[in-house]
Amino acid sequence: MSALSYLDLLHLVLPQVIVVVAALVVLSVDLIFLRTSETHLRAVVAAIISVAGCTAAILWILHAPHSANVLDGMLVLNHLAQRMQITLLILTSLTILVFIESTFTQHISEYMALILLATVSMMFLVSTQNLLIIFLSLELLSLSLYVLTGFNKRSARSAESALKYFLFGGISAAFLLFGASLLYGLSNSTNLERIANSIPEIVHGPFLDPLLIVAIVMTIVGLGFKVAAVPFHFWAPDVYQGAPVPSAAFIASGSKVAAFFIFYQVMVIGFAGAEGSSSWSGYAPGWVPALAVVAALSMVLGNLVAILQTSVRRLLAYSAVSHAGYMLLGILSHSDQSFRALLYYAITYALTVLGAFGVIALVEEETGGDALSNFAGLSRRAPVPSFCLLIFLLSLAGIPPLAGFFGKFYLFSSVLTSSPAAIGLLWLVVLAIAMSAVSLYYYLKVLKYVYVLDPPAGITPRRISLVRQFVLCVMALGVLLLGCAPNLLLRWL
Amino acid sequence: MLAWTIYISFLGVLALMLLPRSSVLVARILALLTAVAGFAVTVVSFAQQRSGELVTVAQASWIPSLGIEYHLASDGISLTLLLLTGIVAIAGILFSWNIEYRAKEFFAFYLALIGGVYGVFLSFDLLLLFVFYEIAIIPKYFLIAIWGSTRREYAAMKLALYSFVGSAMVLIGLIAAYVIAGGRTMDLVQLSQFPFPVHFQMWAFPLVFAGFGILAGLWPFHTWAPTGHVAAPTAASMLLAGVVMKLGAYGCLRVAMTLFPRGLDAWGFHVLGFGSWRDVFALLALIGIVYGAMVALVQKDFKFVVGYSSVSHMGFVLLGLMTLQQIGLDGAVLQMFSHGVIAGLLFAVVGRMVYDRTHTRDLSELETMHLGKVIPFAAATFILGGIASIGLPGFSGFVAELQILIGAWRSFPLAAIVAGAGIVIGIAYTWRAMQKAFFGASEPGVSADTHSLPAISIPERIGAVILLGASVVIGLYPQLLLRVIAPALHSPMFDGLWKGSGR
Amino acid sequence: MSLLAPISCLTLVPLVGAIAVLALDEKNKKMARALALAFALLALAMALGLWHRFNSALGGLQFEEIHAWIPTLGVQYHVGIDGLGLLMLLLSAIIVPMAIAASWRIQERAPLYFSLILMLEAGLFGTFTALNFFHWFLFWELSLIPAFFLIRLWGGSRRAAAATQFFVYTMVGSVALLLAFLAIFLCTGKFDFMDLAELARNGQLLPAFSVLTRWHHFTAETIALLLCFGAFLGFAVKVPLVPFHTWLPATYAEAPSGVVMLLTGAMSKMGLYGFLRILLPIFCVQLRSLRTPLLWLAVATIILSAYAAMAQKDLKRIFAYSSINHLGYCMLGIFSILKFTGDNPALAAEKAAALNGVLLQMFNHGLTAATLFWFVALLEKRSGGLRGLDDFGGLRKVVPVFCGLMGIALFSSLGLPGLNGFVGEFLIFKGTFPLATWPSSVSVLGLLVTAIFILTILQRVFSGPLNERWSQMPDLTTQERLALLPAIALMFVLGVYPQAILGVINSTTMQIVHQLRF
Repeated sequence: MSALSYLDLLHLVLPQVIVVVAALVVLSVDLIFLRTSETHLRAVVAAIISVAGCTAAILWILHAPHSANVLDGMLVLNHLAQRMQITLLILTSLTILVFIESTFTQHISEYMALILLATVSMMFLVSTQNLLIIFLSLELLSLSLYVLTGFNKRSARSAESALKYFLFGGISAAFLLFGASLLYGLSNSTNLERIANSIPEIVHGPFLDPLLIVAIVMTIVGLGFKVAAVPFHFWAPDVYQGAPVPSAAFIASGSKVAAFFIFYQVMVIGFAGAEGSSSWSGYAPGWVPALAVVAALSMVLGNLVAILQTSVRRLLAYSAVSHAGYMLLGILSHSDQSFRALLYYAITYALTVLGAFGVIALVEEETGGDALSNFAGLSRRAPVPSFCLLIFLLSLAGIPPLAGFFGKFYLFSSVLTSSPAAIGLLWLVVLAIAMSAVSLYYYLKVLKYVYVLDPPAGITPRRISLVRQFVLCVMALGVLLLGCAPNLLLRWL
Repeated sequence: MLAWTIYISFLGVLALMLLPRSSVLVARILALLTAVAGFAVTVVSFAQQRSGELVTVAQASWIPSLGIEYHLASDGISLTLLLLTGIVAIAGILFSWNIEYRAKEFFAFYLALIGGVYGVFLSFDLLLLFVFYEIAIIPKYFLIAIWGSTRREYAAMKLALYSFVGSAMVLIGLIAAYVIAGGRTMDLVQLSQFPFPVHFQMWAFPLVFAGFGILAGLWPFHTWAPTGHVAAPTAASMLLAGVVMKLGAYGCLRVAMTLFPRGLDAWGFHVLGFGSWRDVFALLALIGIVYGAMVALVQKDFKFVVGYSSVSHMGFVLLGLMTLQQIGLDGAVLQMFSHGVIAGLLFAVVGRMVYDRTHTRDLSELETMHLGKVIPFAAATFILGGIASIGLPGFSGFVAELQILIGAWRSFPLAAIVAGAGIVIGIAYTWRAMQKAFFGASEPGVSADTHSLPAISIPERIGAVILLGASVVIGLYPQLLLRVIAPALHSPMFDGLWKGSGR
Repeated sequence: MSLLAPISCLTLVPLVGAIAVLALDEKNKKMARALALAFALLALAMALGLWHRFNSALGGLQFEEIHAWIPTLGVQYHVGIDGLGLLMLLLSAIIVPMAIAASWRIQERAPLYFSLILMLEAGLFGTFTALNFFHWFLFWELSLIPAFFLIRLWGGSRRAAAATQFFVYTMVGSVALLLAFLAIFLCTGKFDFMDLAELARNGQLLPAFSVLTRWHHFTAETIALLLCFGAFLGFAVKVPLVPFHTWLPATYAEAPSGVVMLLTGAMSKMGLYGFLRILLPIFCVQLRSLRTPLLWLAVATIILSAYAAMAQKDLKRIFAYSSINHLGYCMLGIFSILKFTGDNPALAAEKAAALNGVLLQMFNHGLTAATLFWFVALLEKRSGGLRGLDDFGGLRKVVPVFCGLMGIALFSSLGLPGLNGFVGEFLIFKGTFPLATWPSSVSVLGLLVTAIFILTILQRVFSGPLNERWSQMPDLTTQERLALLPAIALMFVLGVYPQAILGVINSTTMQIVHQLRF
C-alpha cells in the first residue's frame, strides 16, 4: 500500500469537504444572522447556500478529475464514481430548489444541513469498494434520512413513519453487518475484489458453501431494504406518505441512485464467481436466482398493490417498489451494458420521481392532502405543473419518447444481450413488460383526476412561484430530452 | 419532405398549447391549417413518387451505441395510409367544429395523435416505430375521457390498457428479435433480411401479430373497439376507427409478417384442425367478420352498430393479410384505406350530425324523429356511407373486399364463403340501422319539435363530401392506390413472406 | 366531345344532370323539373344521334371503348352497343322523359326526386352498354338504389314494406349474380362478357371450372350448372319470372306512377337484356340442358299472371300482372331459341324471327306499359288517388279524350294489329311454334285471358252507367295531350312500320342466332 498523506487524502475528498462546509455555513448563517427573519427568507438563503455548495463541489470534480484507489479500496475514484457524485449533487440541488417554498418546519437550516450531510454520505458510498466504508456510509445516510423523515414535528404521521423507518433500518443494518462479517470471515478482507478472489476457493462444484449462501442472503436483505424491494419494502409506503414531501422526494430519488449503485458493486464485484443462473431452463445456485426472485416479487406486488392506492404518495411508493424490481434486473444480468442501463434508469427515474413529488407538494399546499381527489381538475388550476406531472407519470409508465421508456427498453434489451445464454432471462423480461402494462392503469388514474375530472368547488387557485414552475419545467424537459436523445446521458456516464 | 407531416403536426400541438385559453376559433383554424398542411405534403409526395418503392425520407444516427437510427422512409403502403390519415384528420377537425369545451386542448391532443400516426407510418426503425406507436395511445385516452360520452372514463381506460398490453406484447417480440439479431441494428429492412431461427419465429410471430392485432380489432381482443368508439367524441371515433385501427393492421403487415415470415409456416402437426398460426389467425379474423356483423345487427345504440361494423370490416383486413396472396394483401391495404374513410364518415354522421343534434343514439328513439325529413343531408350521407360500407360497386369497399375474397378463396375457400356471408349480414345491419334511424315507420305527421334541429353546417358538409369523394374516387379508380401498393409488396422486405416454405 | 366517346358521354349526361338537380334548393321545384327534363331530352337526343350513326348492317359491337382500369383484377372499362344495346338505350331514353312528365306535379322534395330519376337513367344506360362485369354490375346496382329510394320516399301508404321487399329480392338476385361471376373470375381470370362468351363458344369454359372441383368433389358440369343458376336468379328476379315475381305487384302498386313507368318500362328490360347479352352466350350449354323446364316456367309466367291480372281490382295491380304476362312472352321466345338446331337454315330463320319478336316486344312493352301507367297516374290525379276497377264507370261520356287515348294504349297492350303490340307477339309466336310447339300452344291461352281483362277494364271504367261522383271530372288538358301525343303516335308508327326497329336489330339477331348454332 502506497504511503498517503492526509493532504492528498483531503485533496481526493475535497468535494465531500466542500459540501460539509456548505452544511456548516448554512447552519451558522441561519443561526447568526437570520434568527429573527421570516421563514421564507431563511429558506431562500439556506437553499442558495446549499445549492452554491453543491455547485462548487460539482465544479471542483469537473475541474480536477481524479483516478485513485487507496486504502484497500476504501476510496475508489474513477470516471464513473465522479460522474455519479455529480449526478447526486445535481439531484440534491434540484430537490432543494423544488421545495424552496416548503413551510412545514421552522428549522430550515438544520433541515438543509441534514440533506447536505446525507449527500456527503452518498458521495462516499459511490466512491468506495470496501465493505466497511460501505456500511459506514450507509449508516450515515440512513441516520440522516431517519431524521429527515421525522422532521415534521407537527405531524404524528411523520413521527410514526420515522420510527418505522428507523426500526426496519436498524434491523436491516444488522443483517448487512452480519453478512459483511461472514464475508470477512470467509475471505479475510473487507475489500470487495479480494472477497471475490477468495470465492473460488470456497465454491466446490455446483454447490456453494453454506456460509457464503448465508452471507449472500444477509447482504441482499440489507441492501434490499435500502432499495425497497419486496419483501423488505414495508417501510416505503409509510415513509413516502408520512415524511415531509422534500424528505420523501430525497429518499425516493438521490438515495435510490446511490443504493442501486452500491448494490451493483457489492453483488457484481464482491460476489463475482457465485452468480449462479436464473434462466428458464438453466437454474444454478448463486445470488442471481435469489435476486431474480426478489425482482419478480417486487414487480408483481408493487404494481398490483399500487392499483388499489388512493393516496398519490403511497401510490408512488408502491410504484417505487415495482421500479426497484425492474432495476434489479439490471443487477442480476451483471454485464457492463446492463450496468449502464441500470444507471441510466436509476438517474432518469430519480429525476422523474423528484418532479412528481414537486407537483405533489404544490397540490398539498393548495388542498392540504395528497389523496387522488385532491388532484381533481388540477389542469384547470395549474396548467403548467399539470403538464409536467403528465410527463413525469407517463415517463414512469414507460411511454415513449420519455426517458422512462428508453430506460426500460435499454434495460430489458441489455438484460437479454448480457450473455449468450441470457435469452433464458426472457421470462423475467416478459414479466417486467407485462407488469409495466399494468402500471399504466394507475398512472393514468392519477392523470384522469388531473385532466378529466372537474375541480371541486371552493378551491381558489394559488399563485405558483415562477421559480418552482421553472424548475419543474426544467425537469420535465430533462425527462423529455433524455428520452429523445438518451445518448447525451449514456455518453456522459 | 414527408417527414414534415410529423413535424407540422407536433408544431401545431406546440402552437395550440401556447394559445390563450379563450381563442377557440383561432384554435380550430390553426388545427385545420395544420391538418391541411400535413395532407398537402402527403399529396405532393404521393404525386412525386410514381413507383411505390421504398424511398428514404430522413436518416440519422440516433443512439449509436445501440445501432438505433432515426430512419423515416415511405413506400406505397405507407403513402396510402398517410393519405388516409390526412383525409380523416381534416374531416375530423371539420366535424369537431362545434367543440367549445376546452377546445384548445382538444385540438392539441388531436394533433398529437395525428403526429404519432404519421410517425408510425413513416418509421422504418423498429424502435422509432414503437415510439410513435405508443405516442398515439395517450392522446386517445384523454380525447375520450375528457370529451367523450357514454361511460367515457371506463372506455378510455379500457382502450388505453388494451393498446398498452398490445404494445407490451410487441415490445417483447421486438426486444427479443433485436437481441437475437445481434443487438446491432433496429432497422426494419435489415432485420427483415435476418434469418431468425424458425423456433423463435414460431413464438415471436403470434406474439407480435396478436399484439398489433389488438389495435386492429382482432377477435377476441376487439372489445375495446366498440366501447371506445361509442364513448369517443366524433372526431376521436373517426380517428380511432379510421386511422388508429389501421396502425394495428399496418404493424401486423409491416413488422410481424416481414420479420417473422416463417412463423406463418405449418407447424408440422395439427391441433383441433389448425396446422399453423396462419390458420389460427385466419379463423380469428373470420370470427371477427361474422361476429362483428351479427352483434351489429342487434344493437340498440346507433353508434354501437357502426362500432361493431368496424370490427367486422377490420376482420377483412386481417383475413386479407393471412391469405398470403398478392391479391389478398393488395386488398387488405386497400381495405385499410377504404374502411378508414367510410368508418370515418359513418361515425361523423352518427356522432356529429345525429347525436349532437338529437342528444340520443337510441335507435328506437330516433325512429320517432323522422330524421330522414328533418336532416335529409345526414340521411343521404349515411345512406351513401352505408352503401359504401356494404361494398357496393363504385365505392372503395367493393374493390378492396373483392380482392380479399379472391385471395381468401385461393387460400381458404371455406373462409371466403363465410366472409361472403359476413358481407350479407353487413347489408342487413346497415339496412336496419338506416331504416330505424332515418326512416322511422310511424305516421308521416312530423312532430313539431324535431323541426327545430339545427341545419347541417357547412364544415360538416365539406367533411362529408371529402370522405365520400375519397371513397368514390378509389372505388372508381382503385389503380390510383394499387399502382403504388403492389410494387411495395414486392420490395425486398417482403421477400421472406413470399419465399416462405410451401407458398 | 360526343364523337370521341359517345357512349361514355351518354351515360355521363344524366349523371351530371342528377348532380345539378340535387344541388338545387328544396323550394325550387319548377327549376328542378325543368332542368331534369332538359337533361333527359338531351340524353334522348344523344341516343337518337347514336341511332342515326349506327351502322345497322353490322351485327357486332359499335362505338366500342376499351381502357385499362384495374389490371390486377382483369378489369377493363369496356363499353359498346349492338342492335340490342341501341334498342334498349333508345327505350330508356324515351321512357325517362315520359316518367318525368308524369311526375310533373311532385311536391315533396322535388329536386331529390328528379335527381334520383336521372341517376336511375344513368344506371340504365350504363347497364345496357357495359361489357365488363365489373362496371356492368356497378351500374346494375346504381339503378337499384335510386329505385329503392323513389319507392321508399314517395310511395303509397305501405311503401316501407314494398320498398323493403323490392330491395331484398333484387339484392338477393344481385348477390347470387355477383357470386356466380366471382366464381367465374376465379376460374378464368376474366370479367369481360365478350371474352367469356368467346371461351364458352370454344368450349374452354367448362374445363376452366375444373379448378373448383377440388372442392367437395363437384364435377365441372355441376359447378357450371350452379353458377348458371346463380346468374339466372339475378336476372329472373328482375324480369320477373314466376316464381320470383312476388315482389312486383306490391312494388308497382305502392310506387309512384312515374317510378312504375321506369320500373316496368326500362328496368324490367335489364333482366331480359341480361339473359340475351350475358346468360345466353356464356351459359348456352347449361341453359339448353334445362330448356324444357324453363319453357314451362315461361308458360306458367304467362298464364298465371294473366289469370292473376283478371282477378285484380286495382288498376295498378292489373297492369302489374299484365306486365309480367307480356314479359313472359319474351322469356318464351328466348328459351325457345335455345333448341339445338344444327345447321338447319329453316329453323335458324324461325329463331331469328322469334328473337326479333322478343326484341320488338321488349321495346313495345316498355312503351305501352309506361304509357298505361301514365294514364293511371292521370286518372289518380283526377280521382284523388282512387284507382279501383269498380270505382269508376261511364267515364267515356265525361272525359272522352282521356278514354280514347287510353283505349289506344290498352289495345296496343292487347296486341291489336295495326298497333305496336301486335307485331312483336306475332313474331314471337311465329318463331316459337316450330321450335317449341306445345309450350307456345298453351301460352296462346294467355293472349285470350289478356283480352278478357283488358276488355273488362274498357267496360267497367269507360262504359257502363256513369258513376255520378265523377261527372265533373276534367278531361285531359292541352299540355297533357301534347305530352302524351308522341307516345301514342309511336304506337301507331311501330304498328304500321315495325321495320324502323327491325332494321336496326336484324343483323344483331342474326349474329346471336349464328353464335347459338353450335
